Parts: sequence; structure tokens; C-alpha cells
Amino acid sequence: MAGGIPKDVRGNGAVGVVPILIAAALFAYFASMVPTIAAAEIIRVTIPWIPSLGIELAFLVDGLSLTFALLISGIGTLVLLYSNTYLAGHPQYARFALFLTAFMVSMLGLVLADDLILLFVFWELTTLTSYMLIGFSHESEKSRRNALQALFVTGAGGLAFLAGLILLAAVSRTTSISGLLTMGDELRAHAMYLPILILLLAGTFTKSAQVPFHFWLPNAMAAPTPVSAFLHSATMVKAGVYVMARMHPAMSGTDVWLWTLTIFGAVTAVFASLLALRQTDLKQALAYTTLMALGTLTLFLGQESGYAMTAFATFLIVHSLYKASLFLVVGCIDTATGTRETDRLAGLGRLMPITAVAAALAALSMAGFPPFLGFIGKELKYAGAIAVASEPLFVAGAALLSNALMLAVAGVVAFRPFWRGSVPSGQSPREAPWQMWAGPIILASLGALFGIYPDLLQVALINPTVISLTGEVGEAKELQLWAGFNIPLILSIATFVLGLVIYAGHVRLRALLERVFSAIPNLDRGWDRFLDGLKSVAKWQTLLVQNGKLSSYLFITFLTIAAGILLTLVYTGLPMIDVDLSDVEWKHTSIALLTIAGALLALVTNSRIAGIAALGVVGIGIALIFIVFSAPDVAITQLLVETLVVVLVAVVMLRLPSLPKAEFRLGHAILSVAVGASISLILIAVVSSPLDLRLSDYFEATSWPEAYGRNIVNVILVDFRALDTFGEIAVVVIAALSAYALLRTTRKGGRS
Amino acid sequence: MNSIILRAGTRYLAGLLLVFSFYMMLRGHNEPGGGFIGGLTGATGFVLYAIACGTQDARAALRILPQTIAIWGLGIALAAGLFAAVFGDALFTGQWLFIGETETDKGLPLSSVLVFDIGVYLVVFGSILTLVFAMEEEI
Repeated sequence: MAGGIPKDVRGNGAVGVVPILIAAALFAYFASMVPTIAAAEIIRVTIPWIPSLGIELAFLVDGLSLTFALLISGIGTLVLLYSNTYLAGHPQYARFALFLTAFMVSMLGLVLADDLILLFVFWELTTLTSYMLIGFSHESEKSRRNALQALFVTGAGGLAFLAGLILLAAVSRTTSISGLLTMGDELRAHAMYLPILILLLAGTFTKSAQVPFHFWLPNAMAAPTPVSAFLHSATMVKAGVYVMARMHPAMSGTDVWLWTLTIFGAVTAVFASLLALRQTDLKQALAYTTLMALGTLTLFLGQESGYAMTAFATFLIVHSLYKASLFLVVGCIDTATGTRETDRLAGLGRLMPITAVAAALAALSMAGFPPFLGFIGKELKYAGAIAVASEPLFVAGAALLSNALMLAVAGVVAFRPFWRGSVPSGQSPREAPWQMWAGPIILASLGALFGIYPDLLQVALINPTVISLTGEVGEAKELQLWAGFNIPLILSIATFVLGLVIYAGHVRLRALLERVFSAIPNLDRGWDRFLDGLKSVAKWQTLLVQNGKLSSYLFITFLTIAAGILLTLVYTGLPMIDVDLSDVEWKHTSIALLTIAGALLALVTNSRIAGIAALGVVGIGIALIFIVFSAPDVAITQLLVETLVVVLVAVVMLRLPSLPKAEFRLGHAILSVAVGASISLILIAVVSSPLDLRLSDYFEATSWPEAYGRNIVNVILVDFRALDTFGEIAVVVIAALSAYALLRTTRKGGRS
Repeated sequence: MNSIILRAGTRYLAGLLLVFSFYMMLRGHNEPGGGFIGGLTGATGFVLYAIACGTQDARAALRILPQTIAIWGLGIALAAGLFAAVFGDALFTGQWLFIGETETDKGLPLSSVLVFDIGVYLVVFGSILTLVFAMEEEI
């Protein structure tokens, strides 16, 4: 976006405005629900969807989902407003707006869904729309690669997640989430609890980018900045966190839950903060701080106490507000100067005052200074950490370290570029248009507003959310700026000191981190090799099975048939060959001999025409069998088809090279015998078990009285099973047209 | 294939096969036959014609593109199935009308089932000719 925004292009017309209005309307709608939810009530809407499977379009609005819905639609509105200017005049803006709006709606569906299957549908929709958005700059190979990486990682997690949901639904015999939440004790005691938990966490950890699945998130920054602000900080990556929070009442409280979430969360938080400090690209730095936030949220979800839950709810809101704001600020800086490298940014404060104020407000909240909401969030984090059941020292230490690092990163991102040095030559930054600073200012100011008046947030969202998380009323702790001189305050002061020290030495520290991290194995580096390996394996096995020779395709197909049948027969026990041959007449014997002779001829001949004719003999033999056993319809069809096939194949065969000279095809002979034997065996097996004649009897009894036809075969085809026949003739037409197109294409293509 | 005997014979044989194919289709409800068999028989007639006189002549004799016939057949079959909706019955329920019905005789039966069978006939007929013509022209 170098070069700034042209003055004459101010938006994208209706395509730009309508999505903003949709998002704003959704926000207003959800905001109108706040009083109801604040009164600790719950809104449910249910529409039947697949009643036979007990799956409903069920939606639930409680504290947790409303908090998410407000964040999604509110930040969505501001991001769409921002994008309309940021990408003004972009030739594919309509596509962008569609993807972004579709994503927003999917995300809303995800947090409001009250049915496991519905939840999964929306979960996958967010994955897909996110893929489209990360790969929006599809001309860039890097962008495509990173989009695909995000899709693969979250998609693979999604499969595990689906398996977990299905197990969960099977165990609890309901797909309703609110039904599930009341069965917590039963679930935790169930033998399948551990598999369910592992599968669900595999889904949520990949989606929420916990170490070691974190590598896709920083790469996803290939997306346009508003997308990063929306998806990869405030909403999509929190989908995993949301699901863990949603399942909290039903699944938390076990040692596995506690330790898994605590360890993964803590490791992610500290690891990501260190990585964040290493970055010189503003957006990358923010991406890693997002990982830190996700780790922290996961860490708190591992716990049970009211403090931890209040800390979760508060930090969720704090983080969304400041992070979206900072991302949008980075977009403004990028637009104004054409770079996001910290080393090349300085002295922007005087030229971009409003952006600078927004950045400062957001960064102060991020660093946890009073009187911002971030400070309260941090105090609660410490209070929550001390109250944890597992290992207070470990959790508090992780929180302290990551917070201090956060403070340093806030300085790097939002202080240095604005207030240090002077603008490098060659850059002529100017203030962003109002559409672009409105979002950051509003979001950052909310951080300050809620910090000064925490009661607003407490009643409206925090208390109801904590009720959703614990399932009990009155667990929420009070949000306050001054909680007295206590351990959290001491830890806060320690954070400031440590954070400022790190900030002062961050340039030297960065070099050190660079060396350390390049020594640590990283899944991202192995990613391309993994994909290449996968592709070469695919190529190898494709060439093995599909080498372009029709005869080998047929060989493989029939080999599979024979192997499948024979193995099944061996596994289930071979049928007793106890066939009574006393009523076999000479005509049966001669038909059999004719057929066998045809088959043998096809096997030994070296002339294609003779081969076709031999196959025709086999076909006629089969038609004769039908006639002998009084199935005239089938016999006529068989004869006609056989005739036409011979004609068709003969037409084709004329063009093929002649077969190699006199060579007995042993492999083909063995395969033919194997297929023939397996089909005969299975027929004997079928015939030797008593036939279920209910259907035949029914057709025989009703064909004339109900369908006015005496030819039962035809009556079945055109009346009883007319829908099936219709499907079949549709296939016939499609096959004919496809073959026609194929023949025509090769002719025009000049290949003979 | 350049054979006067085959060409002269085909003129009559193809026509006969076509007539016979209609007969097979119409009797299908009570005797061996039906739309599928009828379509195959009719197609055989034109395949024979194409072999004897060339695909160009066969196409000219057919007048309509075979793929068009197949698509129309599919449409007719679908229409016959949808027709049941007029009487509030489930999709593809056979509808019957007996003209001149008396106590002992059912009269002349007309049915949506027959229309469906005609659709099947046209699909099979058109699809096979689409394939055969294209293949022969490919040579």
C-alpha cells in the first residue's frame, strides 16, 4: 500500500457501504440484548433442521456468546469501515467485502450455536472464509502458501474436532450444547472422556494457534491488515478459546484438563512473548503478542476459580479492544510510510497525531498501565494466577514474564515509531483519513472508558460471562482500579520495572533471541519439505496405479474385485459347494461350454477383432442363460447391449495397434480365473442361503391390481421404482454427453 | 463400409427396426419389452444405417442431434414424474385414464407411466447414437 491513498478515491460505493451497515445493524441488535443478559437471563431460538437426527438450528445467547457477538459485530463494523478506505478502489473489493462479511456471519453463528453439528458447520465456515481472506492477495505466492498452510493446520484440527464432537454427542445422546452442559459429572466420569478431550483440544489448539501449532498464525499476516486485525487477533483465533470456554462447565475440573490447558497456555504465552520481541516487522510483532494472549486465555480456562474466570472474561475484552486497535494503527502507518519495519519508522507522532493518540491509548492498555482496562485485566490475571489450583508460582511467573514482555512490545510497536527520532528522508507521511483512525480511536478509548468505569462492563458482560463459564451465579470478582496494597499490585509494579528494563535493552536482546530461536526446531521450516514429500508420494502412487494404460486400469479394478470378494469369503467362511447337478439338461451344459469356449478364445487370441467376437460369444451365452431361466426382458436387453458393444468396440479397435505376437497372457488368465471363481463362489453362497422373497411376492401380487401391468420387470422400472430409473437415465445422458465431449476435445486438440 | 447389398438391405432393415422398437416399447407393460429395450432396438437400426451408409447420412436421416433427443427424453421422463403433483400424489406416482371403461373391459388405458417409458426410450436411443456417431466420426 505504499504511496498512500489517492485523494479522489474515498470508498467503493454501495459495495463498500452495505457491509458496514449490515455489521452495524447486527451490533445494534446484539447490543439491544444486553439488558436481558445482564439480568442473568438466557435467550434461546430453535428451528428444526434435521429432525430425524435430532439436529436443530438452535441458537443460544448467554453472557459468553453475547460478549463474543458484540466483539465480533462491533469490531467487524469498524474494520469494514476501515477497509473501505484502506482498500479504496481495489478492483476486487466486492470479493473482499463478501469474504469478510461471510466470515463475520460465520463467526457469529459459531459463538451463538447451541448445537454441536451447527457449531461445527460454522467452525468450518470460519476456516474456509479465513483461507479466502489470507489468500486474498492471490497473485503473491507467499500469500497462497500461507493461506494453504492455515487451511491445512486448522482444517486438520477441524477433523479431530469433528470426531470429538461426534463422540461427545454419542456419549451424551444429545447434540444440544445447553443440554450437554448440565451433564458435566456424567461426562467427566465417562470412559470416553479422555479421547473426547484430546480430540476437542486438538481442534481448539490448532485453531487458537497454541504452541506447537502456532506457526500458521504469524504467516497468516500475509492477509491485508484489516483482515489480520479482525480475524487473527480479535475473532477467529479466539474461536478455539470460545469452544474451550463453552465446554468449561461440562469438561473442566479434571487433572487432565487443568494440566493440559495450564501447560500449553503458559508455554504459548511465554514463548510467544519472546518471539514477539524478536520481530522487527510491526505486524509480525503484533501477531506474536496475539499468540501470547491466546496462551493466557487458555491458561485461565484451565482453572476453576472465580478469579481466573473473571480474569478470562476481562482479558478477552481488553485484548480484543487494544489488539484490533493496534493492528489498524499499523495499517495506517504502513499506508502512510510504505513500511512496517521498526528500524525505518521514527518521528511519526507530529505528522499523524490522531493515529499516535490511538496507538498510545491502546498500547497503555496493552502494557497494563492504570487507569486502563488493561491494568484491571492484569491485576485480575495476577489474582487469578495466585488463586490457581495447580501451581500458583508457575502460573504467576509465566504471567509476570509474559506481561513484562508485553509491555516492552507495546513500547516497540506504539511508542518508538511515533515519539523517537525524526522521519527518515524519502518518507512523507500524513494523517490517515477519518475512516481509518475512527476504529483505532474508538476501540482504544473504550479501553480507557472501561478502565475508569469498570462497573459498566462488570454488570453488562463480565458477570453474565462468568455465569456461563462456571454455571453458577455470583462467582464473578469485582473489577476495580484500586484494590488495595496487595500481592497483585506488587506483581504489577514488578512487571513495570521488568518491562521497562526489557524495553531499554530490547535491541540487544533481539540479537540474542535471534540466535536462540534459530537453533530451536520450528514446524514452519519443515512445512514445505513436508508438503513436497506428500506431493512426491502422491505422484509415485498415482503413476503406480494410473499409468495411462487401459489394460492395467482394468487389471487393477478386477484384481480389487476378486481380492475383495475372496478375502471376504475366506474371512466369513467359504460356502459349502453342495450343488445338486441331477436336473442339469444337455442345453444347460452346451450353453456353459459355449460360454467357456468364448472366454478361452478371448484369452489366447492375438487378434483384437477375434477377441471382441469371442467376448460377444460370452455375452450371447449369458443371454441364453437368461432365456432358459425365463427372464426374456433381461435376455433381450443383454443381447442388444452385447450387439451394440461389439459394434462400438470394433469401431475403436480398428484404431489400436495390433497385439504383440503369440504370447499366452498368464497374468490375465490367472486374474480371469480368480474373478470367475470369486463371482461363482459368492453366487453359490447367495443361492445356498434361503432367499428372501418378500419383495418378489409383493411385486407379483401388486403388479397387475395396482400398476395395471403384467410384465413385472417393466412395471418395477417405470412405476414402482420410477425415481431410481429416472436417476439411471440421467446418468446415461451424462455419460453419453461426457464421452461425446471427450471425443470431440481430442479431435479438435489435434491428438490422434 | 462400401457394400451395395448391405446398403440396400439396411434401408428396409433400419425402418423395420424402428417400427419394431416402437412396438417393443408399447407392449412393454404387459409383455417382454419396454422403453429400455425399445431404445436399444431403435438405436441398433441407426447404428446399422451409419455402418452401411456413413454417419453423415445417418445424421441426416435422424434430422435431430442425438444428444438433443436424449435431453428431451430426460425432460419428458421428469415431466411424467412431476405430473403426479397435479393430483396431489407423490413424485413419480403413475396416473391412469381408462377410455371407454366398462364392467368387463378396462378400455384403452392411457398413463403417465407410458409417457415416462417414452422418455426412457428417447434417452437410451439418443445416448447410444451420440456415442456411436462420435466414435465413428473420430475414425
